[in-house]
Amino acid sequence: MNDSLGTTGLILNEPLLWEKGKAGRCGFSLPKRDVDPSPLSRELVGDGPDFPDLSEVDVVRHYTRLSQWNFGVDTGMYPLGSCTMKYNPKTNERQASIPGFSGAHPLIPESLCQGVLQVMAELEVHLAEITGMDAATLQPAAGAHGELTGMLLIHAWHQKKGAQRTRIIVPDTAHGTNPASVALCGYRPVPVASDDQGILSAEAVAGVMDEDTAGIMITNPNTLGLFEENILEIARIVHAKGGLVYCDGANMNAVMGMVKMGKIGVDVMHLNLHKTFSTPHGGGGPGSGPVCVKKELEPFLPVPRIVKQEGRYALDHDRPDSIGRLQAFYGNVGVMLKAYSYIRTMGPEGLKKVSQLAVLNANYIKERLKDTLHLPYDRPCMHECVFSDKFQAPHHVTTLDMAKRLMDYGFHPPTVYFPLVVAGAIMMEPTETESKEDLDSYIAALKAIAEEARTDPDLLHHAPRKCKVRRLDETAAARKPCLAG
Amino acid sequence: MRYLPHTQEDIQSMLQAVGVDHLDHLFSTIPRDCRLKEALDLPAPMTEWELNDHMDALAGQMPGPGHQAFVGAGRYEHFIPESVSYLLGRSEFVTSYTPYQPEMSQGTLQAIYEYQTLAARLLGMEVATASHYDGATALAESLLMAVRITGRKRVALSSLIHPLYRQTVQTYFAPTGYDAVELPYLPDGSTDLSSLSQLDDLAGVAVQSPNFFGVIEDLQRAGEEIHKTGALFISCFTEALAYGLLKGPGAQGADIVCGEGQSLGIPLSYGGPGLGMIAAGKAHMRKLPGRLVGKTTDLEGRLGFVLTLATREQHIRREKATSNICTNNSLCALAAVMYMASLGKTGMRELALLNHDKAEYMKSRLKQAGFAIPFERPTFNEFVVEFPKGFEETRKRLLEKNIVPGFALKDFYPELYDHYLVCVTETKSREAMDALVREVAA
Repeated sequence: MNDSLGTTGLILNEPLLWEKGKAGRCGFSLPKRDVDPSPLSRELVGDGPDFPDLSEVDVVRHYTRLSQWNFGVDTGMYPLGSCTMKYNPKTNERQASIPGFSGAHPLIPESLCQGVLQVMAELEVHLAEITGMDAATLQPAAGAHGELTGMLLIHAWHQKKGAQRTRIIVPDTAHGTNPASVALCGYRPVPVASDDQGILSAEAVAGVMDEDTAGIMITNPNTLGLFEENILEIARIVHAKGGLVYCDGANMNAVMGMVKMGKIGVDVMHLNLHKTFSTPHGGGGPGSGPVCVKKELEPFLPVPRIVKQEGRYALDHDRPDSIGRLQAFYGNVGVMLKAYSYIRTMGPEGLKKVSQLAVLNANYIKERLKDTLHLPYDRPCMHECVFSDKFQAPHHVTTLDMAKRLMDYGFHPPTVYFPLVVAGAIMMEPTETESKEDLDSYIAALKAIAEEARTDPDLLHHAPRKCKVRRLDETAAARKPCLAG
Repeated sequence: MRYLPHTQEDIQSMLQAVGVDHLDHLFSTIPRDCRLKEALDLPAPMTEWELNDHMDALAGQMPGPGHQAFVGAGRYEHFIPESVSYLLGRSEFVTSYTPYQPEMSQGTLQAIYEYQTLAARLLGMEVATASHYDGATALAESLLMAVRITGRKRVALSSLIHPLYRQTVQTYFAPTGYDAVELPYLPDGSTDLSSLSQLDDLAGVAVQSPNFFGVIEDLQRAGEEIHKTGALFISCFTEALAYGLLKGPGAQGADIVCGEGQSLGIPLSYGGPGLGMIAAGKAHMRKLPGRLVGKTTDLEGRLGFVLTLATREQHIRREKATSNICTNNSLCALAAVMYMASLGKTGMRELALLNHDKAEYMKSRLKQAGFAIPFERPTFNEFVVEFPKGFEETRKRLLEKNIVPGFALKDFYPELYDHYLVCVTETKSREAMDALVREVAA
């Protein structure tokens, strides 16, 4: 590893926004005043927000410098497990910012908005086809919002049947947001352990499923990157006791065109457009978490529904069984436009290829690294694989140390310490958009780091060295929080 | 496919390393009866150029240049400087994940810290969160926060809070068993708080200002009334720009402030993404839902930023978390801080004044033309006008001319038939306003 990607170069220091500027500057071209001032009662008027006054150049330099302290998918490989940090196509950005779409007000008549309604209606159909479900709503704003929507649908379905239940089964290999989404609906999450193969056994589910349990919330493929092989039997058990099967579809990137969740017993699931369907994550959103359902749950979907009447698209608010609205308008339309563009670019074969190559990349990493890092579940994986720091423990090197050292080599670290079922977990999801050369250089970096762990562990303890800052004191940040300047 | 870098040769050598001889065999752990036999029924792939044509054609079925919508009601058309859009396109911001690894994410983290700071200053509060989905979910989460803080089980909302926000709150509250009641409004277009004293077990009371009729509420007095019940005062907003001019809710006794920040440099995009904002006093900091960025130092004592107070969050506290939110609307918060920085104190005040003055001009022109302004209290950049019976026909004629004259209130307030909520921002010229008045008076 003489020619590591990670190097040092000139980046510039930059103070906080309010340490710059001078009163009287303005970086905004104020529109001409073509009306007379109109007085407003002094009691209502404030002093004006205490903002710094900056020129356009001040603002542009400030945020350009800040951006250079960041690492994105466009900078390099970002193998965060369960986050699907694939390349974000640039044409998608173009489509979402066409003024006809980006300038459309949500409350102008539907007759003026046929274009965006067509995109949304078609996207619903495409997502339902990809998942093998009967209907979809695009309203949820992110994955966890989709989970909440799914739980509300299950809640409403039981309510309509006249017999509410109190519990939801959540396996230990489910996503971190699942228990909180369950709790928001007043349900109690019932944990179930995965078996020695890293998947859920039908017996474990049968052991807890009863007529007070509203359903199961299963992540498939799960957070160990493994396909839940007993899903058909698990669904049969849950359905037999009158429950519903929710699938957290955040890991859908593994199985597009290979498996339709609607055909294997799933009743309701969410997708993450900002994972599987290539929309950028934006440093923490906006995302989009559409929910797809089987026919029997369709009446409960959020309002408004997009419907086609006499060849025109319209918004239908008249759904008496609907759970209501999940946000003020129709969801993150700007994100939907990008996902729609991606699906139209890839086509059916392209999406299947995406999943095949995502799984190939993950298995390649797993095979090439399993002598270097401990692999707790040595079996074929889906789109991600989970290692641990067990081999490095004798040298007092942890998962965190290796993650931080990877930065010096020019890679974003994988997801660490998750899933909780693996102590010191290192969860890698390369995605399909990484080339073999990039994977090889990532693998070489990890091998070099494992060697350093043996020979010079302090290199790892003190990593990173090449970033803008070194390890940050998170304990102090939480003990005496300073959240505003 | 241009996003998939694998050559046939790569695939073969990687398959060999994995020990299988065909891509399909990678899926051997999926039981046979789970595997899809047929191809997905999706349209054939498009080239980049075909996609451009396709999307341009669809966008052609949307309001085009020259379209004039005098509609606000929760989403506001404001000019967005090109510098903001340009900076927001920096792919180091756009293509990064939630900043779990702070050493590689200082750009996002400092920018969000700056956003939290300016948001708190705008609203007159001590602490603001990193962002929520939109104003409606921010309100729902604020009300749930009040329930957590007080241990009480009922909330009250002004009926002049955006109707779609109230619907969202009902959705969030439906399975919880908590009660969400609505407070009526007075003939002057402000909230009637007189029934508060008859409501017990109140955790929080939410009032919006400017309210859905555009009317500026007397927050100070509302706060006093609400605090008498022992409930928290939640001040809600849909038009963040108003606080460039108006007294902030924090200065008027609000315990939690929440609302929509779309006006701060975020395009309309048919209603999403927007920017949910929540702010509170330090006393309630640890009860806040959602992400927070905090200041700290690195090993060498240099200033740096991290996600903090994570013990409130779902991935640590599981079902006992303050919210299930994970991905929020971070990039929209970045747009907002870039926009607020571009305007500065001077620009925010000037722009807010211009919005107010233009709306007042429009209001006076409509009055002169003989239309009734039913609510006389002061407004910011939108107000209610009552058009004569049969206005629906005039409206249809205007729609054909690419003018949307306002938002009809009758669907949400059946008693206000023929009443329209008219919005005027800096994007509407005097000529456009005059033209609208001519048309509606014709």
